[in-house]
Amino acid sequence: MPNETAEFSPPGFSLADLAGESHSFPTGRRALVCFVKEDCETCNTAGPVLEAFYRAHGSALDVLLVSQSGDGSAVFARRHGLSMPVLDDRACKTAFAWDIESVPSVFLCDAGGSSTTRFEGFVRSDWEALGAELAAQTGTPVAQVDWQGLPAWRPGCGSKHLDPEMFDKLRAEAEGSPIRARRIEIASGDDVAEFMFDQGFSDGLPLVPPTPERVMRMLAGTHRDAQEVVAIVPPNMGEATVEKIAINAVMAGCKPEYLPVVIAGVEAVCTDAFNIHGVTATTMGAAPVMVVNGPIREKIGMNMKLGALGAGNRANATIGRALRLVVRNVGGASTGGVERSTLGNPMKFTMCFAEWEERAPWEPLHVERGFDREDSVVTVFAMTGGPVHIVDQTSRSPQQIAGSLGMGLEGVFLPKMHNLPIDALLVICPEHIDTLMRDGAWDKDRLRDRIQQVTSRPLRDMLADDRSGAGILPAATAGMTPEMLDRPAPKFAGKEYIHIVVAGSDAGKFSSAFHGWATGEVGSISVSRKIDLG
Amino acid sequence: MTTILDPTDERTPVERQVAERPGSLSGVIGLLDISKPRGNVFLDALEGLLAEKAPGIATRRYTKPTFAKPCPDALRHEIRDECDFLIEALAD
Repeated sequence: MPNETAEFSPPGFSLADLAGESHSFPTGRRALVCFVKEDCETCNTAGPVLEAFYRAHGSALDVLLVSQSGDGSAVFARRHGLSMPVLDDRACKTAFAWDIESVPSVFLCDAGGSSTTRFEGFVRSDWEALGAELAAQTGTPVAQVDWQGLPAWRPGCGSKHLDPEMFDKLRAEAEGSPIRARRIEIASGDDVAEFMFDQGFSDGLPLVPPTPERVMRMLAGTHRDAQEVVAIVPPNMGEATVEKIAINAVMAGCKPEYLPVVIAGVEAVCTDAFNIHGVTATTMGAAPVMVVNGPIREKIGMNMKLGALGAGNRANATIGRALRLVVRNVGGASTGGVERSTLGNPMKFTMCFAEWEERAPWEPLHVERGFDREDSVVTVFAMTGGPVHIVDQTSRSPQQIAGSLGMGLEGVFLPKMHNLPIDALLVICPEHIDTLMRDGAWDKDRLRDRIQQVTSRPLRDMLADDRSGAGILPAATAGMTPEMLDRPAPKFAGKEYIHIVVAGSDAGKFSSAFHGWATGEVGSISVSRKIDLG
Repeated sequence: MTTILDPTDERTPVERQVAERPGSLSGVIGLLDISKPRGNVFLDALEGLLAEKAPGIATRRYTKPTFAKPCPDALRHEIRDECDFLIEALAD
């Protein structure tokens, strides 16, 4: 950094020297303040010069060394026979407050604490000029330094407070920090992981402790203000600020670049249409399934290929988990509280994947739903079951494989039940896509029609009977003619309930399906939200 | 000490979780002497009072090897498996 002559009024400080005695700045006298680090070569070059300055001018000005090296400060002082106060700034709060970049960093200050001369590193001419200035200002003889024996130029080392770990901590603690959440101090005798379990923060798996520095790093993943309220989360109607979402994202194990996806997911589930309250509370046991589309898939390394619906990818696993933790912690939906699923399901830990748009012969899900291909979008579906496999290794014609995909959806709710106004999310694997496309294009709607066709059964197959009491109760069929009962009823009340995406590895003829919950106004409607990437 | 940030909506205070208090005594009550002198005298008196005032319950006596160290895991597990309540006592 070049010399700065503009007046600078650094903040005051009070630090202890190596003997434990406190020293405050401003000192009430002219002062030379220098930030040093024991393991910095350049600071070690400057050490003897500083001592010479102190010996020559110490009667007329204070010389304070602000050391960042903790216990190493004493080593530094001994090595150079320093007799001025060497102050302990191991937490680097003073370095942070003074906003230095490297060490040594020199400030010549007047009695009021304002600095007119400051420089960094070791440029011999700077230091020599400083020696002359000290002599002139104090009216004492110039310090005796063998300038020719010293290097002409040596760059400084980075100030320790700029180490990422330390810098984030300092920023989190500083005035004007974006952190507002309640701080919980956990005694050193307590196990942090166990404490978080005890507090009910966990979904049953271990959590990453959301320390202020980790949350600061997480917040760097979005341009949005930390205190912006993203959504009101039922059942407690808790405010999901960007900060609260970031805290839960840290606990879930997210990287900062995943945060915008989590935020969009929280926005999507906390809409009236999606109805996360009902999705959480239903005894049937529903959970949000997140599908991610657009360029962000590649940018953050999401899995849309081999094992896309399963374990092994950090982005898929932790984004879905972060969304669930926000609902749990900010919304207060604890298991056995408002979360009242009879059996639960593993999607309640996490369920998030990306569509392999490039392998799909159709417009991807988000484009189908009105977004641009270049938009990054998260779509949430309320699903009660899945992924349920659809195994067909022998179909060779498009008609056949489309038929199998349809029959694979018979299990939604119960094979017997048809005409369901219920969503299904079909995830077709690449090999099945290839079979479907082998004779030319098949669009999504044609596939939906085929699904409705192969699943159609006479209405009379749905009547409650001795074999199964589920279905249409006798009272409801009282006025029906035999012709009416012979009318075919497809699986879904409309083909718009069938949602289709492509994912999975190139090898394997195994598609899969997620089965919906109550779809529509009484239950949940799938929602897409554009991911705000600033 | 570690500082973490509260992930919740902050409507409930953060506290160490204590075991639920059932409001009445039943089953087996463990009496743990931590091995300070005369702890046994105190627990003898307590056991007598329990027998008199809560006749339906049973008591079991345990002793820590030394008051100066935490309770060994094996003893803690034994107490956990055998008792519904525990009174840990010292006298000095």
